[in-house]
Amino acid sequence: MYAVRSGPVLVKIANMMFKQKFSVTRMPGFSVVAMICFFALYMPLAPLVIYSFNEGNNIALWEGFSLRWYGSAWENELVQGAAIRSLIIASFASVFATIFATMAALGTTRTKPYRGQMTIYAMINQPLMVPEIVTAVALLILFALIKQATNYHGFAYLIIAHTAFCIPFAYLPIKARLEGMDNTLEIAAADLYARPFKTFRRITLPLLLPGIFAGAMLAFVISLDDVVITEFVKSAGQDTLPTYMLGQLRRAITPEINAISTVLLGVSVLLVTLIFFMSRKRGN
Amino acid sequence: MDKDATQAEEKQNTNLEEVVRQQTVRRNILLTTPALVVLFIAASGPLLVMFLFSFLTPGDYGGVKWEASTQAWFQVFFHTDIFDDTVSIADAHLSILWRSVKLSGLTTILCFVLGFPTAYFIATRPAESRNFWLFLVTIPFWTNLLIRTFAVLEIIRNAGVINSFLLAIGVIDAPLDMLYTDTAILLGMTYVYIPLMILPIYASLERFDFRLVEAGYDLYASRLKVLKRIIVPLIKPGVIAGSILVFIPSLGAYVTPRILGGGKNLMLGNLIELQFGQGRNWPLGAALSLTLLAIVMIALIFYVRSAQRAGAGKDS
Amino acid sequence: MSEKNAAVLIDKAEKVFGKDSDRVVALNGVSLTILENEFFTLLGPSGCGKTTLLRLIAGFEQPTSGRIHLHGKDISYLPPYERPVNTVFQNYALFPHMTVAQNVSFGLEMLEKPRAEIDKTVNEMLKLVQMEALRDRRTDQISGGQQQRVALARALAPHPKVLLLDEPLSALDYKLRKEMQIELKRLQNETGITFVFVTHDQEEALTMSDRVGVMNNGNILQIGAPHEIYDHPSERFVADFIGDTNFLTAKITSRSDELLTIKLSSGIEISVSAGNEVVGKDAVTLAIRPEQTTISNSVESTELQGVLRNIVYIGTDTHYHVGIDDESLFTVRVQNIHGRQQNFEIGQNVGINIDSNMVQVLKD
Repeated sequence: MYAVRSGPVLVKIANMMFKQKFSVTRMPGFSVVAMICFFALYMPLAPLVIYSFNEGNNIALWEGFSLRWYGSAWENELVQGAAIRSLIIASFASVFATIFATMAALGTTRTKPYRGQMTIYAMINQPLMVPEIVTAVALLILFALIKQATNYHGFAYLIIAHTAFCIPFAYLPIKARLEGMDNTLEIAAADLYARPFKTFRRITLPLLLPGIFAGAMLAFVISLDDVVITEFVKSAGQDTLPTYMLGQLRRAITPEINAISTVLLGVSVLLVTLIFFMSRKRGN
Repeated sequence: MDKDATQAEEKQNTNLEEVVRQQTVRRNILLTTPALVVLFIAASGPLLVMFLFSFLTPGDYGGVKWEASTQAWFQVFFHTDIFDDTVSIADAHLSILWRSVKLSGLTTILCFVLGFPTAYFIATRPAESRNFWLFLVTIPFWTNLLIRTFAVLEIIRNAGVINSFLLAIGVIDAPLDMLYTDTAILLGMTYVYIPLMILPIYASLERFDFRLVEAGYDLYASRLKVLKRIIVPLIKPGVIAGSILVFIPSLGAYVTPRILGGGKNLMLGNLIELQFGQGRNWPLGAALSLTLLAIVMIALIFYVRSAQRAGAGKDS
Repeated sequence: MSEKNAAVLIDKAEKVFGKDSDRVVALNGVSLTILENEFFTLLGPSGCGKTTLLRLIAGFEQPTSGRIHLHGKDISYLPPYERPVNTVFQNYALFPHMTVAQNVSFGLEMLEKPRAEIDKTVNEMLKLVQMEALRDRRTDQISGGQQQRVALARALAPHPKVLLLDEPLSALDYKLRKEMQIELKRLQNETGITFVFVTHDQEEALTMSDRVGVMNNGNILQIGAPHEIYDHPSERFVADFIGDTNFLTAKITSRSDELLTIKLSSGIEISVSAGNEVVGKDAVTLAIRPEQTTISNSVESTELQGVLRNIVYIGTDTHYHVGIDDESLFTVRVQNIHGRQQNFEIGQNVGINIDSNMVQVLKD
């Protein structure tokens, strides 16, 4: 009696164990490729990070754990200078780019189409479409002319170049936020006696803030990571961390590069994680 | 009389509307001006100057002489022998151009082959874990390109992880020479740009209605048929966007071929740099840059066209 | 009408959107007077111009021509923040980055009222809409009905001279909507504020309003108390839009003063009252409500005769569709007071009795 009743149940269990249930979304092999892909995305980063803690001089031969290369990078005046320059440029560029991008987003979103709007879009998105190397050599040419004429070789070139290519990165999340915003909220504020400036300060700006924050952080990351444009625009002695590293790669590589890379990697991951979770939380 | 008054009022009010409209336009222009000024100084303006430079004569120690010349454009495609002045096709330039297009195309294909199943995998996860997988793709997307290229350099060098591993398990007797080859550049670019393929395809798949797949199976389609006839056609805009996002930066790649190609296997970006360094031929560099820009623009126009065509059949 | 003052006076308001070939006339020279302390409803199908009219009063749009007066003051071109008028929006438009209490206090803060007064009014308002307990909640943490109450409190807090309500109940489910209808009426009584309510729902309009204005194609067709609009529709559109109606055309045989003798298709003559709008016509359209007619087995001495085509049972009533000529069906509604009755069979001849007092002669 018991055996008869349990028969169908056993068949069900067997089905569950040996036959995969039909799933509408399953495509054979796709999960395997995806796993290989994820593995390949992160695998190369492992030795980079691991060897930054190597005791020895080699980036391929493990000689024990040590923080010596972090110490040596910290005390290296070239690295110090490059790091400070990187931070200064990224701070200025991200602040300027975010302010300008916010204004531009307010001037191009939620408005009736007007003449020249397409040109404005094209200009804002130009840094995303034109290959970096092209912009880099074009800037080299223009700034060489200006340097010759004014004999000014300072930081301003780098800051203005970085501001320019950071603008579209700051612009996109701000624009997306504005477009997703309910128009009637501002109308409601006006209905409740808020004058245009008050409406902007009390309603528009607070609602836009997550977008502005995300835009600023993206701009900061993009500026901090830039190699190509900086390499062509910088004057002598204006290395940033990435161009310093690019220079070092031509020589015998020591784990010091790994240490610097690991720190930069950490900063990027931290900022991107912040943006990612903030945008997810606010999105709901 | 009364009618005239009404008409006059209507006219006045239409003028009022016009005034409001003009005020809005003026406000919009004022708001966009700072961004446009910066972009003009450091993005579109320099391109115009570069265009001018491509018609000048190279200076002896870099820079230019202010003498008009079409020599630079000529040199992009043709080579004049320094001894007997015979003109021939500029083999060196064309082979570099060909390598750039070839490697960029291969990178795009490789990115699609790996990226499409990955995007599909992410899109079919339950909503809670989907963000986690997406996050894993986003992280490398925003991390330093130089560092990621450097990471690839470290694992494929002769004493790198891959060779050590293969030697240790006895598959090979001597280290494989992977570094400073076209393959190294291809691997590096695929590694660096694959998130740019995964993210737009994922975005298309996220909006994809999987009930259509159910309908396909219901109408006797096999898995392969469902993939070919239903899924791929509907997410085509994402695939096209991803391909263009990978192809364009690959074509203009500078850092990756410089590090992984080791100065032997040049791509367009490196050839351009050369003219501003050792080559000391700024006009040629400018002309080469504009050639690269032209190819990119053609690719972009192709993209816009096919995006429109792909979008024409659907609402979005 | 003279004993009450006008709250809102709209004088030949016209609103045109777009230009030239894209020209759309949203309001076609509308004139209207809304009285103080009145619950006035603008009723009409979507696109009839009712929301545009509301937005003109609120100041979100300016009239192309015409004037709008509020308590005697011309406000036609004042921006919304200078008009003592508040709006309850269709989607509520609650500020998502503020709490319930902060939303309610916003208008008072903008008017720069002293803090103590603001706090006092906010408390009163939250009490009025029974939302005190949730005052510190974020607006996305409360239900649709509660959001509706907050939107009301927010708009009432600055004590506007007129409260505008733009289909505020359309997002609520049926039961909640019924509750809110009663609630709105109560609030209007308690606050004594003039309410201008926009809806496409005839039942909502008839339930709550003191007066209703029926709109179509940018025009106001008829203004009147709910029962006037229902019992005496002036035009075919009004009769058709509100409730079910049978339309009959009939020839005028004679007229004297306000009494009209007309001949129905059955040949029977009846006398109906009519205004001077039918002067010079020899045929008129009549509107007859299905519940104001009765059906009988005998065809003797009934105003209309025909063949019973269909019987539709709908719980409270039974509808009888009678074919009175080749084309049209005449509907008779009988209340099921004694439960379901089965006195008639499809295909039989029936007579229809019409009370001539309830026959409405239409203008068009």
